This record gives sequence, structure tokens and C-alpha cells, in this order.
Amino acid sequence: MANLYPGRRRRNVIWTGLAYAATAFGLAWLALILGALLWQGFGGLSLDVFTKVTAPAGMVGGLLNSIVGSVIVTVIGLAIGAPLGILAGTYLAEYGRYTKLATVVRFINDILLSAPSIVVGLFIYQLLVVPAGHFSALAGAVALAVIGAPIMVRTTEDMLNLVPNPLREAASALGMPRSFVIRRVAYRAVRSGIVTGILLAVARMTGETAPLIFTALGNSLFEVDPTQPMSSLPLIIYEFARSPYAEQQKLAWTGALLLTLTVLGLSILARALSAQRGANQS
Amino acid sequence: MTATAIDTLSGAQSASIDRAAALKRLRLPDSLFRNLTLFSALVVLLLLAGVAVALFIGSWPAFSTFGLNFFISDRWSPPKQIFGGEAAIVGTLITSAIAMVIGVPVGLGIAVFLTELCPTPLRRPIGIAIELLAGIPSIIYGIWGVYYLRPVMQAYIQPFLINTIGDVPLIGALFQGPPLGYGVFTAGLVLAVMILPFVTAISRDVFDTVPSVLKEAAYGVGATTFEVVGNIVIPYTRVGVIGGVMLALGRALGETMAVTFVIGNASHISASILAQGTTISAMIANQFADADPGLFTSSLMALGFILFIITFIVLAAARWMLAELELKA
Repeated sequence: MANLYPGRRRRNVIWTGLAYAATAFGLAWLALILGALLWQGFGGLSLDVFTKVTAPAGMVGGLLNSIVGSVIVTVIGLAIGAPLGILAGTYLAEYGRYTKLATVVRFINDILLSAPSIVVGLFIYQLLVVPAGHFSALAGAVALAVIGAPIMVRTTEDMLNLVPNPLREAASALGMPRSFVIRRVAYRAVRSGIVTGILLAVARMTGETAPLIFTALGNSLFEVDPTQPMSSLPLIIYEFARSPYAEQQKLAWTGALLLTLTVLGLSILARALSAQRGANQS
Repeated sequence: MTATAIDTLSGAQSASIDRAAALKRLRLPDSLFRNLTLFSALVVLLLLAGVAVALFIGSWPAFSTFGLNFFISDRWSPPKQIFGGEAAIVGTLITSAIAMVIGVPVGLGIAVFLTELCPTPLRRPIGIAIELLAGIPSIIYGIWGVYYLRPVMQAYIQPFLINTIGDVPLIGALFQGPPLGYGVFTAGLVLAVMILPFVTAISRDVFDTVPSVLKEAAYGVGATTFEVVGNIVIPYTRVGVIGGVMLALGRALGETMAVTFVIGNASHISASILAQGTTISAMIANQFADADPGLFTSSLMALGFILFIITFIVLAAARWMLAELELKA
């Protein structure tokens, strides 16, 4: 009988080598992207970035209006999306856990979770921008709410499912109505989990560009009125990165660095929070 | 003695009356909260229906004007008000296909590395690093792609492909033309990296569901790591892996910003994947702001509607497969 061992060993070395190579490939991309961001972005960081509004080519400008715009749009989006997402998640986990409706909502929510964001933008354009007759930060915020809410639905439901039933039963036995059991007992037990969901949603919403192009549109002036078009970091990166002027390209990179640090910071914070939770439980 | 008995009785009675009153007072907020959660759940349901209905209404003028031609014509001419979406639809499918061909094997390779080969202390940091790739906003992939990847593609990778595979009969046609840096292949490559973390995360999760006994038994009879993965892990988790791959495909199909930056935005179809092209999402992102209301806007809406239907089918299939798996577990 032929000795199969050398062949099997060789195949094993080749394939496991490829698995190592795949990992190196993935890590290399992360390193290259983050390296480029730091290299290009840090050089442009100055006080002007935070104190001046975007300027036409040839003039000294900053990103103040875009940073403020990003914050406003995300905060309004969160104010709409968070109650919606958390309450819907509560329904799925508490009231309708085994009902048909919950099964359908869960399925639809999972699809919304990865639906193309540009399609959400078109939907909000049709729903809010066309009837209003003009672009507005509010429309952008609603689009972001539609993108963020499914994340919070999912995490809220998952977290509430972790609450042990005896806890609910004990509260009910004291005579608490169901809604009080949920708010005073279940929510408190999983508060950090729900906050994790909110952080993840904010991270996703902050980085989104596509749905803002035809809702918030962008604005080169300083604007805080949510019924008007408003700039935001992703929008200004989109505009300036394609600009032929070096100063604007530099600002685009600085904006990209700020955006990435914010988004990755939020997701790392969320991860740390849930890791802490896991440590407490075990 | 009788007096005390009566006292206690009335005490209990008044307590139960108090309790009934308190419960009555709480009944309204209680049902209000319940209905609020039900309402929110229904809103989530309506959102998806709303997307479908709004996009369909918006795209109706285009569909009724061009009919089936909208799908099979690649003539996109705003000045003449003639719109055919074939170039965008085909571009979307091809970039996603390239992304899957590159991204799925690499994503699976990383998952295998993380579950079978990686030393335990390194597992968490490397896993987190790969997941960070999913956290980077897509516009960052776009700006990076234009400034760093495009020059490298133009100077090294595309000339290499043209000079090697470009001369091979049959598939050579896919790799011909001038090295522009921009193009369908570059977009597919960026998409591949963007879907990596999704493939890896789900494969890793399902790989972890393989009972250790099965793997240990295989190692015990002398199987190599490669044989364990190929004969035990992958067959055991096939449905889950396919579900994860479909989920990643859903992401690739709808990805907008990164693709817009690097695909070159040419609204026609080329035989070569090195040539410039477009996708549904890139086309919408590029042209929607300048589109005049009427047929132009409606045609872009129609493209959005088609994208929505395609991703809906892919994502629904993915979720269905993953749900089947959960039922089994």
C-alpha cells in the first residue's frame, strides 16, 4: 500500500498556510486603511478644523458646520429611532414572544438590518422630501432612524431574553402590572445591554452617507435649523474627496479621520460595555 | 374580642379596596405601554412595506414608459429621456460576484484560522481586528480606494493581469483594455474586503457549534487539520455558512459609497472587468441630485426598486437558512 502520509501532510500545510495568508490579508487591509487615515488626517488637524465653516476652494476653511450637522442629524435620528427600536424590541421579547406577529416582525427587522441604505434614502426622499418640496436635515434624521432602529430592536430583544423568568414572576407575584415588571425590573436588569445597542446604532448612523445625499443634501453654511439642508461629515468627505483642490482633499482626510475615530470609538466602547456585562454575569 | 375581629376584617377589606383602586389606577398606563410597544412593532413592519410601496410608486412612470426594455437595454441617455437599466443591474451583479469570489474564501480562511489554528491568547484581538473592518464607514473605503488602491491597481496589479491572464483564450477577454485603476474589478476587490468580516463572523459562530467530540474523534484517528475542517466542520455547518455568505451578498449588492468612488461610473457595459462600469447604487448616488423630476428621477427610483427586490430575496433566503439552523440546534 502506498504511503499516503506525505501527500496528506503537504495538503494540510498548503491549506492551513492559506488560512494564515487569508488572515494576514484581512489584517493588512485594516492596517493600511488606518495607517493612511492617521498619516493623511493628522497633518490636517488644527484649530481651524473645529472653528471655521467649510470654505470654497482657495480659502481657509474648517469642518465646524459639518461636525455640528453630523451631531444634530444623528441626535434627532436617535431621538426618533431609539424609542421606536427599544419599544418594538420590548414587544418582541415581552408581550409577543411566541406570537405569529412577533415572528413576522423579527424576520422583517432582520431584513431591514441589512437593507441597502441608499434604498432607505430613496424611501425617505419619496416620503418626506417630495411632499415638503425641499431637502432637510429632518428628512436625513428620519432616514438614519430607519437605519438605526432595527439594530436597537435586535439588541433590546436579545437582552430582554436573557432576563431570567423567575425575576419577572417574583415581581408579578408582588402585584406589579406587566408594564411595571418590564420597566422597573427587566429594563434595569439589562440596562447596559440596551445602552450597547444604542451605541452600536449611533456608530452605524454616524458613518452613513448614502441615505443623506438626497435627504439632508449638505450645506456649505453654518446651519442649525433642522428644517433646512444641513452638512454632515460623511457628506463633506464625499464632496471634498472628489475635489481637485489640495486643501479640500486635505480636509476630506481630516474629516475621514475624525469620522473613523468616532465610529470605531463607539463600537469599541459598546464592545467593552458588553464584555464587562459578560464578566459580571459569570 | 369581637370588636378586634371586626377591626381586622374591615382593615383587610379596606386594604383590598385600596389595592383594587391602585390596580385600577395603574391599568391605563399599563395598557398604554403595552399598546405603545405593539404600535412600535407594527411600525417596523410598516417600514419595509413602506419602502416597497414608495419606491414602486416612484418608479411606476419609468416602468410604464419603458416596460421590459428597462431591464434589457443599456442605453442611458438623460438628454433624450431614454433610460435602460441593464448596465447598472449587470454591474451590480458582476461587482458582487467578484466580491464573493474573493471575499468568501478569504473570510472562510480567517474563520478557520480563528477557530482551529490561532493560539488562544491571540484569538480575541485578531477577531476584534477583523470585526473592526466592518465598523469602518463605507465612505472611508471609498476615499482610501481612490487615493491608495487605485494608483496601485493602475501601476502594478492591472498591468500584471492584462499581461498574464489577458492572453489566455476565452477568459482573457475579461482582463483586457488599458489599466485605468478605476473599474469593475477594483470595486469588486473593495467590496470583497468589506464583506470579509461578515463572512468571518457568521462562519466563526457556526464553526463553534460543531461538537468538540466530533472534531476530537477525527483528530484521534489521525486526521490533519485540513481534513477535519473539510470533512467534519464544513459539512456540519454547511447551511449556516451558506446563510452567512448570502447575508454578505446582500451587503455587497447594496453597498454604495465605496463603489461610487472606485468604479469609474460609466453607464455602459464592457466585456472587460478592468473597464469602468457602474452599479445600481453608484448610479443613484451619482445622478439623483442632478436628475430633473419626471422620467429621469423615476428611472433612478426604478433602479432602486429593482435593487430592493434583489436584496430582499437574497436576505430573506439568508435569514431563512440561518433560522432553519437555529431550529435544528
